[in-house]
Amino acid sequence: METCSAAGVAGGDVRALARLITWLENGDPQAVPVMRALAARPRRAQVIGVTGPPGSGKSTLVDKLIAEARKRGARVGVLAVDPSSPFTGGAILGDRLRMQGHATDEGVYIRSLASRGRLGGVSAATQACVRALDAAGYDYILVETVGVGQSEVDVVRIADTVILVAVPGLGDDIQVIKAGIMEIGDVFVVNKADRDGADRVVREIRTMLETAAALKFGAMPERATVDTLSTHVMHGIGEGQAHVDPHAFLADLPPVVKTVAETGEGVPALLDLVIAHHAKAEASGALAERRLAGARAEIKSLVSGRIDAALSEEPAAGREASLARAVADGTMDVYGAAHELLAVLKAQPLGR
Amino acid sequence: MDRKIRVLVAKPGLDGHDRGAKVIARALRDDGMEVIYTGLRQTPEQIVQAAMQEDVDVIAMSLLSGAHNHLFPRVTELLAEKGIGDVLVIGGGVIPEDDIPFLKSKGIAAVFGPGTPTKTTIEFIRNNLKRK
Repeated sequence: METCSAAGVAGGDVRALARLITWLENGDPQAVPVMRALAARPRRAQVIGVTGPPGSGKSTLVDKLIAEARKRGARVGVLAVDPSSPFTGGAILGDRLRMQGHATDEGVYIRSLASRGRLGGVSAATQACVRALDAAGYDYILVETVGVGQSEVDVVRIADTVILVAVPGLGDDIQVIKAGIMEIGDVFVVNKADRDGADRVVREIRTMLETAAALKFGAMPERATVDTLSTHVMHGIGEGQAHVDPHAFLADLPPVVKTVAETGEGVPALLDLVIAHHAKAEASGALAERRLAGARAEIKSLVSGRIDAALSEEPAAGREASLARAVADGTMDVYGAAHELLAVLKAQPLGR
Repeated sequence: MDRKIRVLVAKPGLDGHDRGAKVIARALRDDGMEVIYTGLRQTPEQIVQAAMQEDVDVIAMSLLSGAHNHLFPRVTELLAEKGIGDVLVIGGGVIPEDDIPFLKSKGIAAVFGPGTPTKTTIEFIRNNLKRK
């Protein structure tokens, strides 16, 4: 019985799509011909990443975004990533729990993915799974990351637009200027906005964005406002940017929006902002650049995956074992061992 | 290639007791399986649709409301309607002994009552998967 073919996936057969994703997750070679057959078509779907700390309401927000997109007549695919145990490899995938209301809607496909050892917020196969959903004709693909801390930013290589979900009560304004996660948001959401402190979080994020923009604009270590930017333009600071209208410059900053995912409040506005970001990025060429960077990362990841696999095959595996012994015994240095192993790998076929 | 066993843990019916389902979910997780937890009050249609989208190897249902003779077979019927023959379906919860032969005749491969060691359930799953 053939459960999966490229024609099936492209024709909207849910089982074919589901099996293809399983193959992609498992690194099953059966996925390769199907993916190659599906590749010869332009990418259509708009890919939206949703990231933020555990318990910030990402899944509930995704649930409401699905509902809003369906209202507008779009088909929606969802990839929801939860962590795998680093000890047993097992996982509890519970994002779907918040989205089960859409289970019987044929315009919605929801798939839970385990992170399977990846620490960047998504699994190794997530990017390929996005391609599969795109080929299956979904208009929006929502990628929900694991609950992240400060540095899990891989979703930026996958999504056209990243929604960064913050909530009141997680820390002071130093948290928002740290490097990492706060740098990847295209649209910022302050969820659970009915709680105390929501406006403060909105202000802190705005200040962070304005300061970042001001530094870029004229190396001025303070918030960008129309006044300060105008002064800079007048004084010729912000070299080569004197033609920039301060109003337009500030309007270009990532938007910050308040939501209450539980009730759906703010979600239509959020989807509007995501669509606007996408349109603007498409027009400016930023989207093409981002997809290029994504493709590059995906190719590199496939190649290093092959090299990893080759390391556990003969003759590299055996050579590696004996080199490791020599290094552990102190009869060989680790650089020399790496050099020798690379020489062995060079002569070894790297699989399909 | 790294094949993972994927299990949908679902609670059909109207009772709100999901402790057993959560214990099973945790035990399967600790055995290295990927468990998709769908929560309370799932209809057979939701369960089967989720199982399809998630491409699971196993559907594990827990039910304590007494509606098992109706809801469990409805799941296997829907699977058959969709031509899905490679998913192992098991049940648990408060199921009278006398009902088990009927459920088995309807394609529920095994029923695990209260007090079943989780190891028994895990071994049954590992030994009875329908997909390689």
